[in-house]
Amino acid sequence: MSDTPRYYVPHSSVWPIVGSVALFLTAFGAANFVQQSTVKVATATGSFGAPIFYTGLALIAFMMFGWFGTVIRESLKGMVSGLLDRSYRMAMFWFIVSEVMFFAAFFGTLFYARIISVPWLAGAGSNLETHLHLWPDFADTWPLFMTPGGTATEAMEAWGLPFINTVILVTSSVTVTFAHWALKKNRRLPLQIWLAITVILGTTFVVLQAIEYIDAYNELGLTLGSGIYGSTFFMLTGFHGAHVTLGATMLAVMWLRTLKGHFTPDNHFAFEAASWYWHFVDVIWLFLFTFVYWF
Amino acid sequence: MIAHAENIPRGRHPLVQFIARWVLTTNHKEIGTLYLCLSFTLFMIAGAMAMLFRLELAQPGLQFVTANFYNQTVTLHGLIMVFGAVMPAFVGLANWMIPMMIGAPDMALPRLNNFSFWILPFAFFMLLSTLFMEGGAPNFGWTLYAPLSTTYGPPSTDFLIFGIHLMGISSVLGAINIIVTIFNLRAPGMTLMKMPLFVWTWLITAFLLIMVMPVLAGAVTMMLTDRHFGTSFFSAAGGGDPLLFQHVFWFFGHPEVYILILPGFGIASQIIPTFSRKKLFGYRSMVYATVSIAILSFIVWGHHMFATGMPLVAELFFMYATMLIAIPTGVKVFNWVATMWRGSLTFETPMLFALGFVVMFTIGGLSGLMLAIVPADFQYHDTFFVVAHLHYVLYPGAIFATMGAVYYWLPKWTGNMYNERLGKIHFWIAVVGLNVTFFPMHFVGLAGMPRRIVDYSLPFSDLNLVSSIGAGFLGLSQLLFLYIVVQTIRGGEKATDQVWEGAEGLEWTIPSPAPHHTFETPPHVE
Repeated sequence: MSDTPRYYVPHSSVWPIVGSVALFLTAFGAANFVQQSTVKVATATGSFGAPIFYTGLALIAFMMFGWFGTVIRESLKGMVSGLLDRSYRMAMFWFIVSEVMFFAAFFGTLFYARIISVPWLAGAGSNLETHLHLWPDFADTWPLFMTPGGTATEAMEAWGLPFINTVILVTSSVTVTFAHWALKKNRRLPLQIWLAITVILGTTFVVLQAIEYIDAYNELGLTLGSGIYGSTFFMLTGFHGAHVTLGATMLAVMWLRTLKGHFTPDNHFAFEAASWYWHFVDVIWLFLFTFVYWF
Repeated sequence: MIAHAENIPRGRHPLVQFIARWVLTTNHKEIGTLYLCLSFTLFMIAGAMAMLFRLELAQPGLQFVTANFYNQTVTLHGLIMVFGAVMPAFVGLANWMIPMMIGAPDMALPRLNNFSFWILPFAFFMLLSTLFMEGGAPNFGWTLYAPLSTTYGPPSTDFLIFGIHLMGISSVLGAINIIVTIFNLRAPGMTLMKMPLFVWTWLITAFLLIMVMPVLAGAVTMMLTDRHFGTSFFSAAGGGDPLLFQHVFWFFGHPEVYILILPGFGIASQIIPTFSRKKLFGYRSMVYATVSIAILSFIVWGHHMFATGMPLVAELFFMYATMLIAIPTGVKVFNWVATMWRGSLTFETPMLFALGFVVMFTIGGLSGLMLAIVPADFQYHDTFFVVAHLHYVLYPGAIFATMGAVYYWLPKWTGNMYNERLGKIHFWIAVVGLNVTFFPMHFVGLAGMPRRIVDYSLPFSDLNLVSSIGAGFLGLSQLLFLYIVVQTIRGGEKATDQVWEGAEGLEWTIPSPAPHHTFETPPHVE
């Protein structure tokens, strides 16, 4: 065979160990941080958690910059064979699968609360005795306006900001596809414009989400502490928001790289990875909108 | 042909070179060695904890440790054995063997490989550091049940949570690497259905890891927010449910059980044909059985929760689904036995470990069937019977498989034969120690001795003393293992390339010891 598979094996690299130290500092700092920022543990130990945590995060950013920079330089030198490109693609696919399962844990929690724990606390199934003994006044509603313990909250309306955000995110999934088509036809200007629009839409989404949170805390009394409705609401939308922020950052980096003239019609794995990720956060949002806000 | 880049600078101080070599390496063999060394270190640490609480349990009453410290060692023993000893050992074997078995030059993503490994020492440093914290280490068992871990957990629980996040990241990245390697880097002609079973079982294991480690991450994240941010996932007063934790945990936990055993199945399927000098009986059915076990593992988590008051229909579903797993597992055991049928068997140390695996794993599997029966489980639940069951599947399962694999492939790794006589002595001490330790636990468990409690009533005394004596032998036998491995690395009778007369597969076509880089040009598999 003329093209014996040529596989690039890097000899040694400093970035993984930088990443490991960074992750350790982040985790170690975060564990101290959560303890020192709550009353549960007296702050006798001081407040070194936060600085360590932020140092860790900065080091993670530095590691990504260095590591991805190395990979980009290798790619520009033409060291990436078709085989390696396929490895990258598969790895990104399985990474997204793992992310889907992370959200699955929280969706499972939401469905468990809605289908099992809340009705059972209100006496469904064989739980009437428990209900009458523990919280006889508790009623089964969703959104859960009043917890068994007596914490009240209002529900987030689906057709205000959340609906606008849905439109924004779906649109951005379309615009990133337009950018991809432009890239495949090597039309650089439309590529940059569509990509810029996508990043702007993503940023708008995050800003609106922040406004929604402020509204929830100030107007609706909907907080992390307002029972299982608030818990699932903020856990799902919060982690989704974090993923949108990450996705938008990835796309912004891709935009900067297009300005530097990176990517060709047949070699643009990083762009595709970022756009897959973007479609993934979009799909998660559609489930969120349906089950957290709408029904 | 491989392109190289970024060589380690030469001419520095030897110590700097040594550290740089192991910290910066992207070579699958070196990273495999790192995994195996870390695994054995943690195995000894968690084993020392077991020695400590077996010493305490040798007699009723409180002798050496406080109840709280007992709980802490039980918790850390479980967590470290699962995440620190067994999983890294299998990943280490995967790193060493998968590229050599499929004719690949290295793992698909070598830098990611280094990253996956070097997260782990930090994670276990964090986990072990909890022992020295105010309030002590986590003391609620490796299953982390809420509200013990939320409302009542010691402050160090937060370090456990973030430690688990680190382990999860490491496992998922490692699993991604293994899947991509297997799908993308097989030598020409190495079709999926020609892959050695160790590779097949690891492919399925990696899939399970990607599916369930994120779920564990979600579970401990909810633990964290319940502890510090006022959420009520596991609190009934807020509309949540402490039992929800068990559901989420065991949705991770049951596939995790197969993560801990499937590579062991693969190892047995490599060793037994070699020493029977026959092809593996029923290769296809082995593959299909592995896949079925993986699929079923997602729908049986409720059997860990029969005593929690689930609706009857759920208990029945989980009971029957659990029993279904006996079918593919039975297929495997049948195939191993049929492979040996009329083979010309010899009993070198790896074969002894593989046979120990088949026989004693089957005992653990059968006690598992007993536990799967709902009304019977009400009696067995949370007794030492469960401890006996899980140690019979994990010790002769995961750990015997790993040790068999080390004896099997050590000559290929080091170029030297290990001391066969000492290897056999190791095996027999381990087998006797294992059964003396764990078999009596069946009886005390059936008689009602609860697990995870520092003290017990007088009638259980004799059998507990027997268990503790067995545990001592079992612990000592591992020091012999360490001695044998070190001795083999330092020298010994030179191994041939083929090593074992009946061995088949690509890893035996390369020299012993395996050179730093193998299969730079992919071999062609007929």
